[in-house]
Amino acid sequence: MYLFAAEGGAEHNPIIPLWQEIVVGTVAFALLCYVLMKFVFPRMEQTFQARVEAIEGGIKRAEAAQAEANQLLEQYRAQLAEARTDAARIRDDARADAEGIRQDVLAKAREESDRIIAAGKEQLAAERATIVRELRTEVGTLAVDLAGKIVGESLADEARRKGTVERFLTDLESTGAR
Amino acid sequence: MSSSLAAEVPWPPSVEDFYLPPIVAGTDPWFTKVTLLVWVAVAALIIFFLVTYRDPKLVPTKRQWIAESIYGFVRNSVAKDLIGHDGVRFAPYLTTLFCFVLLTNLFGIVPGIQLSPNSHIAFPAVLAVISWALFNYIGIRQHGFAKYMKNSLVPPAPWFILPILIPIEFMSTFIFRPFTLAVRLFANMFAGHMILLVFTLGGFVMLNSNAWLAPVSVLSWLMAIALTFLEAMVIVLQAYVFTVLTASYVQGALAEEH
Repeated sequence: MYLFAAEGGAEHNPIIPLWQEIVVGTVAFALLCYVLMKFVFPRMEQTFQARVEAIEGGIKRAEAAQAEANQLLEQYRAQLAEARTDAARIRDDARADAEGIRQDVLAKAREESDRIIAAGKEQLAAERATIVRELRTEVGTLAVDLAGKIVGESLADEARRKGTVERFLTDLESTGAR
Repeated sequence: MSSSLAAEVPWPPSVEDFYLPPIVAGTDPWFTKVTLLVWVAVAALIIFFLVTYRDPKLVPTKRQWIAESIYGFVRNSVAKDLIGHDGVRFAPYLTTLFCFVLLTNLFGIVPGIQLSPNSHIAFPAVLAVISWALFNYIGIRQHGFAKYMKNSLVPPAPWFILPILIPIEFMSTFIFRPFTLAVRLFANMFAGHMILLVFTLGGFVMLNSNAWLAPVSVLSWLMAIALTFLEAMVIVLQAYVFTVLTASYVQGALAEEH
Protein backbone atom coordinates (compact mmCIF):
# COMPACT_ATOMS: atom_id res chain seq x y z
CA MET A 1 0.00 0.00 0.00
CA TYR A 2 2.81 2.40 1.02
CA LEU A 3 4.78 1.07 -1.90
CA PHE A 4 2.09 2.14 -4.29
CA ALA A 5 1.86 5.52 -2.69
CA ALA A 6 5.58 5.95 -3.12
CA GLU A 7 5.50 4.87 -6.69
CA GLY A 8 2.56 7.11 -7.23
CA GLY A 9 5.00 9.99 -7.42
CA ALA A 10 5.66 13.06 -5.27
CA GLU A 11 2.31 13.31 -3.66
CA HIS A 12 4.02 15.06 -0.74
CA ASN A 13 6.93 17.44 -0.97
CA PRO A 14 8.79 17.25 2.38
CA ILE A 15 9.96 20.87 2.16
CA ILE A 16 6.45 22.27 1.68
CA PRO A 17 4.67 22.42 5.03
CA LEU A 18 1.07 21.23 5.33
CA TRP A 19 -1.01 24.19 6.43
CA GLN A 20 -3.09 22.01 8.73
CA GLU A 21 0.06 20.96 10.56
CA ILE A 22 1.13 24.58 10.86
CA VAL A 23 -2.18 25.34 12.53
CA VAL A 24 -1.84 22.35 14.86
CA GLY A 25 1.77 23.20 15.68
CA THR A 26 0.98 26.87 16.33
CA VAL A 27 -1.98 26.16 18.57
CA ALA A 28 -0.27 23.35 20.48
CA PHE A 29 2.95 25.28 20.99
CA ALA A 30 1.05 28.44 21.98
CA LEU A 31 -0.83 26.45 24.58
CA LEU A 32 2.41 24.98 25.89
CA CYS A 33 4.04 28.43 26.02
CA TYR A 34 1.03 29.92 27.76
CA VAL A 35 0.89 27.33 30.51
CA LEU A 36 4.62 26.97 31.15
CA MET A 37 5.48 30.67 30.86
CA LYS A 38 2.56 31.80 32.98
CA PHE A 39 2.26 29.14 35.66
CA VAL A 40 5.57 27.32 35.92
CA PHE A 41 8.70 29.30 35.11
CA PRO A 42 7.78 32.52 36.93
CA ARG A 43 7.19 30.44 40.03
CA MET A 44 10.59 28.83 39.53
CA GLU A 45 12.15 32.30 39.40
CA GLN A 46 10.28 33.13 42.61
CA THR A 47 11.56 29.97 44.23
CA PHE A 48 15.11 30.74 43.11
CA GLN A 49 14.76 34.24 44.51
CA ALA A 50 13.31 32.96 47.76
CA ARG A 51 16.15 30.47 47.99
CA VAL A 52 18.73 33.19 47.43
CA GLU A 53 17.05 35.33 50.06
CA ALA A 54 16.86 32.43 52.48
CA ILE A 55 20.57 31.77 52.07
CA GLU A 56 21.50 35.45 52.24
CA GLY A 57 19.19 35.92 55.24
CA GLY A 58 20.82 32.94 56.91
CA ILE A 59 24.25 34.39 56.29
CA LYS A 60 23.13 37.77 57.61
CA ARG A 61 21.64 36.16 60.70
CA ALA A 62 24.80 34.19 61.27
CA GLU A 63 26.85 37.35 60.89
CA ALA A 64 24.66 39.18 63.39
CA ALA A 65 24.94 36.31 65.85
CA GLN A 66 28.70 36.25 65.34
CA ALA A 67 28.93 40.00 65.96
CA GLU A 68 26.84 39.70 69.08
CA ALA A 69 28.95 36.83 70.33
CA ASN A 70 32.11 38.84 69.67
CA GLN A 71 30.68 41.80 71.53
CA LEU A 72 29.74 39.61 74.48
CA LEU A 73 33.18 38.04 74.49
CA GLU A 74 34.75 41.49 74.46
CA GLN A 75 32.48 42.55 77.29
CA TYR A 76 33.32 39.48 79.34
CA ARG A 77 36.99 40.02 78.74
CA ALA A 78 36.71 43.62 79.87
CA GLN A 79 34.79 42.54 82.94
CA LEU A 80 37.32 39.83 83.66
CA ALA A 81 40.21 42.29 83.34
CA GLU A 82 38.40 44.72 85.59
CA ALA A 83 37.76 41.98 88.13
CA ARG A 84 41.43 41.02 88.00
CA THR A 85 42.48 44.61 88.58
CA ASP A 86 40.02 44.86 91.45
CA ALA A 87 41.28 41.64 92.96
CA ALA A 88 44.87 42.80 92.68
CA ARG A 89 43.97 46.14 94.24
CA ILE A 90 42.10 44.43 97.05
CA ARG A 91 45.02 42.10 97.64
CA ASP A 92 47.42 45.01 97.72
CA ASP A 93 45.17 46.90 100.10
CA ALA A 94 44.83 43.86 102.31
CA ARG A 95 48.56 43.38 102.29
CA ALA A 96 49.10 47.02 103.18
CA ASP A 97 46.47 46.81 105.91
CA ALA A 98 48.03 43.69 107.31
CA GLU A 99 51.42 45.37 107.34
CA GLY A 100 49.94 48.42 109.08
CA ILE A 101 48.19 46.26 111.64
CA ARG A 102 51.36 44.34 112.26
CA GLN A 103 53.30 47.55 112.77
CA ASP A 104 50.63 48.85 115.12
CA VAL A 105 50.58 45.65 117.08
CA LEU A 106 54.36 45.60 117.25
CA ALA A 107 54.47 49.24 118.33
CA LYS A 108 51.83 48.67 120.95
CA ALA A 109 53.57 45.56 122.19
CA ARG A 110 56.85 47.41 122.35
CA GLU A 111 55.18 50.28 124.17
CA GLU A 112 53.49 47.86 126.53
CA SER A 113 56.71 46.05 127.22
CA ASP A 114 58.51 49.33 127.71
CA ARG A 115 55.78 50.44 130.02
CA ILE A 116 55.91 47.17 131.96
CA ILE A 117 59.65 47.31 132.15
CA ALA A 118 59.52 50.94 133.27
CA ALA A 119 56.88 50.12 135.84
CA GLY A 120 58.96 47.20 137.05
CA LYS A 121 62.01 49.35 137.29
CA GLU A 122 60.12 52.04 139.17
CA GLN A 123 58.70 49.51 141.54
CA LEU A 124 62.10 47.99 142.06
CA ALA A 125 63.56 51.40 142.72
CA ALA A 126 60.77 52.25 145.12
CA GLU A 127 61.11 48.95 146.89
CA ARG A 128 64.81 49.39 147.00
CA ALA A 129 64.42 52.85 148.46
CA THR A 130 61.99 51.53 151.03
CA ILE A 131 64.27 48.66 151.91
CA VAL A 132 67.20 51.01 152.10
CA ARG A 133 65.22 53.32 154.36
CA GLU A 134 64.07 50.47 156.56
CA LEU A 135 67.51 48.97 156.60
CA ARG A 136 68.99 52.28 157.49
CA THR A 137 66.61 52.66 160.43
CA GLU A 138 67.09 49.10 161.45
CA VAL A 139 70.82 49.16 161.03
CA GLY A 140 70.98 52.39 163.03
CA THR A 141 68.81 50.92 165.78
CA LEU A 142 70.72 47.69 165.78
CA ALA A 143 74.02 49.46 165.82
CA VAL A 144 72.95 51.77 168.64
CA ASP A 145 71.46 48.83 170.55
CA LEU A 146 74.61 46.85 170.01
CA ALA A 147 76.84 49.71 170.98
CA GLY A 148 74.66 50.43 173.99
CA LYS A 149 74.96 46.80 175.09
CA ILE A 150 78.62 46.98 174.56
CA VAL A 151 79.01 50.28 176.28
CA GLY A 152 76.46 49.41 178.89
CA GLU A 153 74.18 52.33 178.72
CA SER A 154 71.49 53.57 176.54
CA LEU A 155 72.82 55.54 173.75
CA ALA A 156 69.59 55.70 171.88
CA ASP A 157 68.54 59.15 172.94
CA GLU A 158 72.06 60.44 172.65
CA ALA A 159 72.42 59.02 169.21
CA ARG A 160 69.04 60.36 168.10
CA ARG A 161 69.93 63.71 169.53
CA LYS A 162 73.19 64.13 167.88
CA GLY A 163 72.36 62.32 164.54
CA THR A 164 75.42 60.17 164.99
CA VAL A 165 73.93 57.19 163.25
CA GLU A 166 72.69 59.24 160.36
CA ARG A 167 76.06 60.87 159.89
CA PHE A 168 77.80 57.56 160.09
CA LEU A 169 75.59 55.97 157.58
CA THR A 170 75.88 58.92 155.24
CA ASP A 171 79.63 58.72 155.53
CA LEU A 172 79.44 55.04 154.91
CA GLU A 173 77.33 55.56 151.83
CA SER A 174 79.57 58.25 150.44
CA THR A 175 82.58 56.09 151.09
CA GLY A 176 80.83 53.09 149.41
CA ALA A 177 79.81 55.27 146.53
CA ARG A 178 83.31 56.41 146.06
CA MET B 1 6.05 -16.18 7.28
CA SER B 2 8.99 -14.62 5.53
CA SER B 3 7.20 -14.43 2.21
CA SER B 4 4.24 -12.68 3.78
CA LEU B 5 6.63 -10.19 5.40
CA ALA B 6 8.31 -9.62 2.06
CA ALA B 7 5.08 -8.51 0.53
CA GLU B 8 4.44 -6.03 3.28
CA VAL B 9 7.87 -4.44 3.61
CA PRO B 10 7.75 -1.14 1.76
CA TRP B 11 10.94 -0.78 -0.19
CA PRO B 12 12.72 1.52 -0.82
CA PRO B 13 11.82 3.95 1.97
CA SER B 14 10.36 7.11 0.52
CA VAL B 15 8.95 10.49 1.49
CA GLU B 16 5.51 8.90 1.67
CA ASP B 17 6.67 6.85 4.69
CA PHE B 18 6.56 10.12 6.63
CA TYR B 19 2.93 10.75 5.71
CA LEU B 20 1.01 8.08 7.51
CA PRO B 21 -2.70 7.67 6.94
CA PRO B 22 -4.99 9.51 9.38
CA ILE B 23 -5.85 7.77 12.63
CA VAL B 24 -9.55 8.40 12.02
CA ALA B 25 -10.53 8.17 8.37
CA GLY B 26 -11.46 11.46 6.76
CA THR B 27 -9.51 13.66 9.20
CA ASP B 28 -6.33 13.75 7.12
CA PRO B 29 -4.10 15.59 7.85
CA TRP B 30 -5.64 17.09 10.99
CA PHE B 31 -5.43 13.96 13.04
CA THR B 32 -2.42 11.87 12.09
CA LYS B 33 0.36 10.25 14.08
CA VAL B 34 2.51 13.39 13.99
CA THR B 35 -0.20 15.80 15.06
CA LEU B 36 -1.20 13.39 17.81
CA LEU B 37 2.44 13.25 18.93
CA VAL B 38 2.59 17.04 19.06
CA TRP B 39 -0.44 17.09 21.34
CA VAL B 40 1.05 14.27 23.42
CA ALA B 41 4.28 16.23 23.79
CA VAL B 42 2.44 19.38 24.82
CA ALA B 43 0.27 17.48 27.28
CA ALA B 44 3.21 15.57 28.73
CA LEU B 45 5.26 18.73 29.26
CA ILE B 46 2.36 20.63 30.81
CA ILE B 47 1.52 17.76 33.14
CA PHE B 48 5.16 17.17 34.06
CA PHE B 49 5.86 20.78 34.95
CA LEU B 50 2.54 21.42 36.67
CA VAL B 51 2.83 18.27 38.76
CA THR B 52 6.48 18.75 39.69
CA TYR B 53 5.93 22.43 40.42
CA ARG B 54 2.55 22.24 42.07
CA ASP B 55 3.97 22.87 45.50
CA PRO B 56 7.52 24.26 45.21
CA LYS B 57 9.68 24.03 48.27
CA LEU B 58 12.82 25.94 49.20
CA VAL B 59 14.51 22.60 49.67
CA PRO B 60 13.39 20.84 46.48
CA THR B 61 12.04 17.34 46.25
CA LYS B 62 13.63 15.05 43.68
CA ARG B 63 11.04 15.78 40.96
CA GLN B 64 11.04 19.47 41.68
CA TRP B 65 14.81 19.36 41.42
CA ILE B 66 14.61 17.74 37.97
CA ALA B 67 12.21 20.41 36.70
CA GLU B 68 14.38 23.13 38.17
CA SER B 69 17.50 21.63 36.64
CA ILE B 70 15.99 21.74 33.14
CA TYR B 71 14.94 25.35 33.57
CA GLY B 72 18.19 26.23 35.36
CA PHE B 73 20.24 24.70 32.55
CA VAL B 74 18.59 26.80 29.83
CA ARG B 75 18.40 29.85 32.09
CA ASN B 76 22.06 29.84 33.11
CA SER B 77 23.89 28.09 30.28
CA VAL B 78 21.92 29.52 27.37
CA ALA B 79 19.98 32.63 28.31
CA LYS B 80 22.46 34.16 30.76
CA ASP B 81 25.64 33.08 28.99
CA LEU B 82 24.56 34.20 25.54
CA ILE B 83 22.31 37.20 26.14
CA GLY B 84 23.82 38.34 29.42
CA HIS B 85 22.10 39.28 32.63
CA ASP B 86 19.17 40.64 30.63
CA GLY B 87 18.66 37.16 29.20
CA VAL B 88 16.87 35.81 32.25
CA ARG B 89 13.60 37.28 30.99
CA PHE B 90 13.89 35.13 27.83
CA ALA B 91 14.64 32.00 29.85
CA PRO B 92 10.97 30.91 30.14
CA TYR B 93 10.45 30.98 26.38
CA LEU B 94 13.81 29.40 25.62
CA THR B 95 13.14 26.62 28.11
CA THR B 96 9.70 25.96 26.66
CA LEU B 97 11.24 25.86 23.18
CA PHE B 98 14.05 23.56 24.31
CA CYS B 99 11.70 21.14 26.06
CA PHE B 100 9.26 21.03 23.17
CA VAL B 101 11.93 20.42 20.53
CA LEU B 102 13.72 17.88 22.71
CA LEU B 103 10.61 15.86 23.47
CA THR B 104 9.21 15.92 19.91
CA ASN B 105 12.67 14.96 18.62
CA LEU B 106 12.84 12.18 21.18
CA PHE B 107 9.74 10.56 19.73
CA GLY B 108 11.94 9.67 16.75
CA ILE B 109 13.74 6.97 18.73
CA VAL B 110 11.17 5.95 21.33
CA PRO B 111 10.38 2.31 20.55
CA GLY B 112 6.82 1.95 19.31
CA ILE B 113 6.61 5.60 18.24
CA GLN B 114 9.80 6.17 16.25
CA LEU B 115 8.58 9.15 14.28
CA SER B 116 9.42 12.71 15.20
CA PRO B 117 6.88 15.44 14.38
CA ASN B 118 9.89 17.57 13.52
CA SER B 119 10.46 15.43 10.44
CA HIS B 120 7.49 17.36 9.06
CA ILE B 121 8.79 20.79 8.24
CA ALA B 122 5.57 22.48 9.38
CA PHE B 123 6.53 22.22 13.09
CA PRO B 124 10.13 23.43 12.85
CA ALA B 125 8.81 26.19 10.54
CA VAL B 126 6.36 27.40 13.17
CA LEU B 127 9.13 27.48 15.81
CA ALA B 128 11.52 29.23 13.41
CA VAL B 129 8.95 31.90 12.54
CA ILE B 130 8.34 32.51 16.24
CA SER B 131 12.09 32.89 16.83
CA TRP B 132 12.31 35.24 13.83
CA ALA B 133 9.40 37.34 15.06
CA LEU B 134 10.84 37.34 18.57
CA PHE B 135 14.27 38.65 17.72
CA ASN B 136 12.94 41.27 15.31
CA TYR B 137 10.36 42.44 17.84
CA ILE B 138 12.97 42.64 20.59
CA GLY B 139 15.37 44.53 18.32
CA ILE B 140 12.76 47.07 17.17
CA ARG B 141 11.54 47.61 20.71
CA GLN B 142 15.10 48.06 21.97
CA HIS B 143 16.38 50.45 19.30
CA GLY B 144 13.38 51.66 17.31
CA PHE B 145 12.77 50.48 13.77
CA ALA B 146 15.25 52.76 11.94
CA LYS B 147 18.17 52.18 14.30
CA TYR B 148 17.47 48.44 14.43
CA MET B 149 17.50 48.23 10.64
CA LYS B 150 20.72 50.22 10.51
CA ASN B 151 22.29 47.99 13.18
CA SER B 152 21.19 44.87 11.33
CA LEU B 153 21.86 45.89 7.75
CA VAL B 154 24.75 48.35 7.72
CA PRO B 155 28.00 46.78 8.84
CA PRO B 156 30.95 49.05 9.64
CA ALA B 157 32.58 48.91 6.20
CA PRO B 158 33.75 51.36 3.53
CA TRP B 159 30.78 52.99 1.76
CA PHE B 160 31.52 51.52 -1.65
CA ILE B 161 31.13 47.93 -0.38
CA LEU B 162 27.80 48.69 1.27
CA PRO B 163 25.71 48.17 -1.90
CA ILE B 164 26.92 44.56 -1.87
CA LEU B 165 26.88 44.06 1.88
CA ILE B 166 23.44 45.42 2.63
CA PRO B 167 21.54 42.90 0.45
CA ILE B 168 23.72 40.09 1.85
CA GLU B 169 23.02 41.20 5.39
CA PHE B 170 19.34 41.50 4.63
CA MET B 171 19.15 38.02 3.16
CA SER B 172 21.17 36.43 5.93
CA THR B 173 19.36 38.10 8.79
CA PHE B 174 15.78 38.23 7.65
CA ILE B 175 15.46 35.39 5.15
CA PHE B 176 18.08 32.73 5.80
CA ARG B 177 17.92 32.79 9.58
CA PRO B 178 14.37 31.44 9.95
CA PHE B 179 14.80 29.23 6.88
CA THR B 180 18.01 27.59 8.10
CA LEU B 181 16.61 27.29 11.61
CA ALA B 182 13.61 25.35 10.31
CA VAL B 183 15.45 23.30 7.70
CA ARG B 184 18.32 22.34 10.03
CA LEU B 185 15.96 20.74 12.53
CA PHE B 186 13.65 19.26 9.94
CA ALA B 187 16.46 17.78 7.84
CA ASN B 188 18.17 16.22 10.83
CA MET B 189 15.00 14.53 11.99
CA PHE B 190 13.98 13.57 8.47
CA ALA B 191 17.37 12.08 7.65
CA GLY B 192 17.57 10.31 11.00
CA HIS B 193 14.23 8.63 10.44
CA MET B 194 15.19 7.80 6.87
CA ILE B 195 18.45 6.15 7.96
CA LEU B 196 16.70 4.06 10.57
CA LEU B 197 14.12 3.04 7.95
CA VAL B 198 16.83 2.04 5.51
CA PHE B 199 18.67 -0.18 7.96
CA THR B 200 15.60 -1.69 9.60
CA LEU B 201 13.56 -2.32 6.44
CA GLY B 202 16.72 -3.26 4.55
CA GLY B 203 17.29 -6.06 7.03
CA PHE B 204 13.84 -7.48 6.27
CA VAL B 205 14.30 -7.09 2.53
CA MET B 206 17.61 -8.95 2.57
CA LEU B 207 16.24 -11.68 4.82
CA ASN B 208 13.28 -12.18 2.53
CA SER B 209 15.15 -12.11 -0.73
CA ASN B 210 17.78 -14.70 0.15
CA ALA B 211 18.27 -16.91 3.23
CA TRP B 212 22.05 -16.60 2.77
CA LEU B 213 21.78 -12.89 3.46
CA ALA B 214 20.37 -13.48 6.96
CA PRO B 215 23.66 -12.67 8.74
CA VAL B 216 23.89 -9.42 6.79
CA SER B 217 20.36 -8.50 7.73
CA VAL B 218 21.25 -9.13 11.40
CA LEU B 219 24.19 -6.79 10.92
CA SER B 220 21.81 -4.30 9.33
CA TRP B 221 19.54 -4.40 12.40
CA LEU B 222 22.54 -4.01 14.72
CA MET B 223 23.47 -0.98 12.66
CA ALA B 224 19.93 0.33 13.12
CA ILE B 225 20.36 0.01 16.90
CA ALA B 226 23.75 1.71 16.83
CA LEU B 227 22.37 4.50 14.66
CA THR B 228 19.52 4.93 17.12
CA PHE B 229 22.12 5.87 19.72
CA LEU B 230 23.71 8.28 17.24
CA GLU B 231 20.22 9.64 16.64
CA ALA B 232 19.81 10.20 20.40
CA MET B 233 22.86 12.44 20.31
CA VAL B 234 21.57 14.32 17.26
CA ILE B 235 18.20 14.80 18.97
CA VAL B 236 19.68 16.46 22.05
CA LEU B 237 22.16 18.43 19.96
CA GLN B 238 19.52 19.80 17.59
CA ALA B 239 17.23 20.82 20.43
CA TYR B 240 20.18 22.60 22.02
CA VAL B 241 21.27 24.21 18.75
CA PHE B 242 17.79 25.52 18.01
CA THR B 243 17.59 27.09 21.47
CA VAL B 244 21.11 28.50 21.37
CA LEU B 245 20.61 30.03 17.91
CA THR B 246 17.36 31.66 18.99
CA ALA B 247 19.11 33.07 22.06
CA SER B 248 22.00 34.25 19.93
CA TYR B 249 19.66 36.04 17.48
CA VAL B 250 17.94 37.77 20.39
CA GLN B 251 21.34 38.78 21.74
CA GLY B 252 22.30 40.17 18.33
CA ALA B 253 19.07 42.18 18.18
CA LEU B 254 19.70 43.58 21.65
CA ALA B 255 23.35 44.48 21.00
CA GLU B 256 24.17 48.14 20.45
CA GLU B 257 26.40 47.84 17.40
CA HIS B 258 26.41 45.55 14.46
